[in-house]
Amino acid sequence: MVTAEESAPAPINAVPLRHPWRWASAIVILAFVGLFLNGVATNEAYSWPTFWKYLFDKRISLGAWNTVQLTALAMLLAIVLGVSLAVMRLSPNPVLRSASWVYIWIFRGTPVYVQLVFWGLFPTLYQSIQFGIPFGPSFVHLSLQHISFYFGLSVIGLGLNEAAYMAEIIRAGISSVPEGQTEASTALGMSWWMTMRRTILPQAMRVIIPPTGNEVISMLKTTSLVVAVPYTLELYGRAHDVGMARFEPIPLLLVAATWYLAITSVLMVGQFYLERYFSRGASRKLTSKQLEALAQAQRVVGEHP
Amino acid sequence: MVVADRVCKNFGALKVLKGVTLTVERGQVLCIVGPSGSGKSTFLRCINHLEKVSAGRLYVDGQLVGYRERGGKLHELRPRDAARQRRDIGMVFQHFNLFPHRTALDNIVEAPLHVKKMKKNVAVRRARDLLDQVGLSEKADAYPAQLSGGQQQRVAIARALAMDPKLMLFDEPTSSLDPELVGDVLNVMRDLARAGMTMLVVTHEMGFAREVADQLVFMDDGVIVESGNPREVLANPKHERTQAFLSKLL
Repeated sequence: MVTAEESAPAPINAVPLRHPWRWASAIVILAFVGLFLNGVATNEAYSWPTFWKYLFDKRISLGAWNTVQLTALAMLLAIVLGVSLAVMRLSPNPVLRSASWVYIWIFRGTPVYVQLVFWGLFPTLYQSIQFGIPFGPSFVHLSLQHISFYFGLSVIGLGLNEAAYMAEIIRAGISSVPEGQTEASTALGMSWWMTMRRTILPQAMRVIIPPTGNEVISMLKTTSLVVAVPYTLELYGRAHDVGMARFEPIPLLLVAATWYLAITSVLMVGQFYLERYFSRGASRKLTSKQLEALAQAQRVVGEHP
Repeated sequence: MVVADRVCKNFGALKVLKGVTLTVERGQVLCIVGPSGSGKSTFLRCINHLEKVSAGRLYVDGQLVGYRERGGKLHELRPRDAARQRRDIGMVFQHFNLFPHRTALDNIVEAPLHVKKMKKNVAVRRARDLLDQVGLSEKADAYPAQLSGGQQQRVAIARALAMDPKLMLFDEPTSSLDPELVGDVLNVMRDLARAGMTMLVVTHEMGFAREVADQLVFMDDGVIVESGNPREVLANPKHERTQAFLSKLL
């Protein structure tokens, strides 16, 4: 009779596989990168002193803040509208279904630049907006002839365009949830809307989040097109104006690029945590907390055989 | 409890049910057996109006399913009223259909909390009792993906019971389980039948049918071919289609 103690094999301590070609290729690539960076650093045309001078300039950082605001507000509008459009497209009601189809057809089918120019011309088409009873009294009167309205028009232009794309992303997410989930919810007496809200959308989020992160990052950069409205107080507009005034566009473009890259990096961190939250229950792997609890239980059993 | 009167169901030109007539009394267990494609599952799904009946009448607890009869004409129920009818009918699916983003406990309290608007502590206490009843009290915080098929199906049964149904429908509850896990699920169902629950079970488990069912129905090609006491039907089937089907199983 062999006891478990005696038969337990020694842990494996093998010599790891060597990878000489990985090292060689890494050295070659590093050499090329070094040569390129040296060229960039010594080339006068990049005018690095100007770059450093303007990297944290007040006008630029305010422009970056406006860009972040534009991105956030436009995405907010796009997501709210996109969820409504996606749910409408999948609803049993044919009126809602066709309305959503037409919206997506128009806003996805025309260039965002053209749409932004159009929104810029909106105050020319309509002098003011009035809320009230048609042909009757009006309660709220909004004049569109004020210069500060261009920020709002930019948000509307970007948001309405993006909503069409978000609607398709969300629809794909909803369609990815198995039919059995709807059946189980229906069988429990849930209404169509409650099924959507409590069962389908939370599961669809896992599919929706990664492309939405993509869209946020894409939106951050698309905000540079709002000069078409024209709104020029965002990051690219400011960097462009300052660069042109100094006849040094290149360092100012690099400043703008650095800011865009920095903001994108922050957004990527946010996306990581969102993805982790919405993938709960998706894997049968135990969480580190659950593993720790199990190991603890094993130790306790081991001590008292 | 369930009265079906010449129930027919077509999917386009395809006739799946061609006039099913049967009665299940309160507290009775009916097992439906038959080859795949015979319409067993479709009939079950008609009972809680997951499918619309094309012809004939179907009553649960004296109420017409999915329609309201007024002045000799049938009117479709509003979605809200159809949902209210379904609340009293529990359903267990072949593929469990648990909500993967919720823990076992949250799966069970979901409908009581949000459909019945039950108080949270009452719903949770009831859910823990149900988990205990199906032998899974220590799995309350596990996600469905961390449970075996048999455990998932028992959670699904607890989820259906949490709505305090008058009637339970089981659609091949053990067909996608590993053989050694079937017993646990059948035990839970057997206990439920003993406690007096009215049950309609589509199954291939002849042993379970023989032991638990009050009535056995053999369906083929959209009609009931043979029905009666399960012991008699299984021991000496009268119809040749029943004989052929049973001989393949044994």
